[in-house]
Amino acid sequence: MDKVRRVISVIVANEAQVLARVSGLFAGRGYNIDSLTVAPIPGSNFSHMTIVTRGNRRVIEQIVKQLHKLIPTYKVIEHEEMVEKEMVLIKFSIESPIAEIQALCQAYNGSIVNAGPDMFIAMAADEAGRIAHFIEAVERYHPMEIVRSGVVAMER
Amino acid sequence: MKMSGAQMVCEAIIAEGVKTVFGYPGGAIMNVYDEIYKQNAFRHILTRHEQAAVHAADGYARATGEVGVAMVTSGPGFTNAVTGLATAYMDSIPLVVISGQVPLSLIGTDGFQEIDAVGISRPCTKHNYLVRSLEDLPRILKEAFYIARSGRPGPVLVDIPKDITGEMGEFHYPNKVDLPTYKPRYKGNDRQIKKAVEAIVNAKKPLLYIGGGAVLSDAYELIRELANVGQIPAVETLMARGVMGAENPLFIGMLGMHGSYAANMAMSETDLIISLGARFDDRVTGKLSEFARYADIIHIDIDPANIGKLVDVDYPIVGDVKTVVEKMLSMLREKVDPDRYQVWREILARYDELHPLLYNDCDDVIKPQWVIERIGELVGEEAIITSDVGQHQMWAAQFYPFDRPRQWINSGGLGTMGFGFPAALGAKMGHPEKTVINITGDGSILMNVQELVTAAENELPVINVILNNHFLGMVRQWQTFFYDKRYSETDLSYQPNWKMLAEACGGVGYDVTTKEEFDTALKSAIEGGKVTFINVAVDRFENVLPMVPAGGALYNMLLEHKDQCDG
Ligand SMILES: Cc1ncc(C[n+]2csc(CCOP(=O)(O)OP(=O)(O)O)c2C)c(N)n1
Ligand SMILES: [Mg+2]
Repeated sequence: MDKVRRVISVIVANEAQVLARVSGLFAGRGYNIDSLTVAPIPGSNFSHMTIVTRGNRRVIEQIVKQLHKLIPTYKVIEHEEMVEKEMVLIKFSIESPIAEIQALCQAYNGSIVNAGPDMFIAMAADEAGRIAHFIEAVERYHPMEIVRSGVVAMER
Repeated sequence: MKMSGAQMVCEAIIAEGVKTVFGYPGGAIMNVYDEIYKQNAFRHILTRHEQAAVHAADGYARATGEVGVAMVTSGPGFTNAVTGLATAYMDSIPLVVISGQVPLSLIGTDGFQEIDAVGISRPCTKHNYLVRSLEDLPRILKEAFYIARSGRPGPVLVDIPKDITGEMGEFHYPNKVDLPTYKPRYKGNDRQIKKAVEAIVNAKKPLLYIGGGAVLSDAYELIRELANVGQIPAVETLMARGVMGAENPLFIGMLGMHGSYAANMAMSETDLIISLGARFDDRVTGKLSEFARYADIIHIDIDPANIGKLVDVDYPIVGDVKTVVEKMLSMLREKVDPDRYQVWREILARYDELHPLLYNDCDDVIKPQWVIERIGELVGEEAIITSDVGQHQMWAAQFYPFDRPRQWINSGGLGTMGFGFPAALGAKMGHPEKTVINITGDGSILMNVQELVTAAENELPVINVILNNHFLGMVRQWQTFFYDKRYSETDLSYQPNWKMLAEACGGVGYDVTTKEEFDTALKSAIEGGKVTFINVAVDRFENVLPMVPAGGALYNMLLEHKDQCDG
């Protein structure tokens, strides 16, 4: 069976251990995690986790069911029609061509967000695939550090 | 009412109607033990090892259908209990295990006897809690019992820091749980059930495939009725032995690695599997690509994650076996034509004639299978049979005439040696009126042999029948078949004096080498009313057959008992 990429949102009770339960499930059953983000849902007792994973049809189905089986899980959404965003922060030496980089940032829904005496930091926020392209595109400016946020997603 | 956290634990146990707690004290749980001392609403059985305490609670739960409760201290007390939790988890047994923890202020400091209990037990519990404030304790205890027994049952751990059991607070035991994230589904989807019933009506070779879930949901009467109404043949997994009843003509046998020829062929040739609380375990299916190649599958399971996990399912039904079967029956009754499956039943009868479950009995040396059959003849329906893990377990499953569910108690999913004896103690606590026999091996029994003392002290006259082959027999069998008879570390020729061992702990022992001696020993043991070892010298090299080699197709079984009567 072919492996597919899937973005899954899990709405869980915002309580101790819950992240460990989810990540432990993936580790224990040998599922892949490409990225995992989590933050509380404003005005509620729940948190929203976005997990990007890969697997064949049976594995994805098991992931969804096993996630659902966790006691603190309220809802599992296997995204189909979604808005997906990831953010990346990239640090460059102050010697780098800031104008070129800024132009690139704009193409990827970003900007220069910080600058100091020795370095400046660029940010982009876009689909995970486009973020990968952005990173490729700035490779030639020899970035000093790259931090990706992991994906967040919302069903349309 | 104001009380300490320790008192709350006891009050919750009482409120849940628990009559027996199995456990072992230590520093972090002492507050609770102090309250246990002061009450007499429930009994506490002091096992001699925490693993045994959890297995005993487990045996109690399996025998009675109620939630078993065990109590242990932090650190080593808890880690000793882990095998018990894992055993219960794999077989979906409802337990609440309460462990002491170091005080909140010491958590995370590598304090004395501190271990991350919720971290360790996460993969082998249905759910677990570290209690962080006294306020949460009553709710958590209520939830623990509810989660353990509802939906697909399982063990729940409640880890309680010592300062919380010592603190005073207001106690209101909730009478309802409020868990918006946990809503088990009992009722199957009506449309799906209707489709499944159509499939049964249209099938030519339907087969009931009965698993442990049928026992857990107490569905056996309805399942027998379902089989009877349609005259549909049935096979049982290791966990479902007893559901159909030994004398039932529709019962084809146990299937799987050591299943009967007829049962495995039935599974290989059926055109419609009706799976009732079974989960297509690898010990049942053999090689998946060869498994039940001609069959559509109706899969009824309360756990949606079991459905479609290993095999593709045509009629998935998420729900409680009992509830769904009841619904099915009401739809099936007028529609089904039992004659339609007549040819199918004849084929299966023919398979059974061709290769019945047999062994070559012998006068020079006792065959282990004979012992099982003999126990069946002598106590049959009366007894509860527990078992350890190995050849003796498989022979018990194959040859004992189980007549009802909850009569057969064994560690199927985890395969835990050392389970049988403490589980038997738990079963005996649950059913004092019944004869409880642990069919065990000379390897397994030593893995919780200290429970002789618990049994003697509490006057629990459990009978351990040791099928003594002086081997880790099941491993030896694999070495015979697959490792060119290199018997690496499986020879148990060096043995304790079993009779003296039992007697040293306050029990009774019998060494048996003939059939007559066995009869006498078993009868004396039943009358004697003391915990007993019956050490039966059996044929050392007897193999469990049929056997589907691991990873092989279910229809390819090693069948013949070639060793005639060669000792
Ligand atoms: C705790 C544990 N350790 C190891 C095993 C692996 N194992 C399975 S069967 C078996 C042999 C059991 O020997 P015995 O109790 O004498 O039973 P027999 O097979 O001889 O009847 C072993 C070692 C196990 N199932 N459980
Ligand atoms: Mg043995």
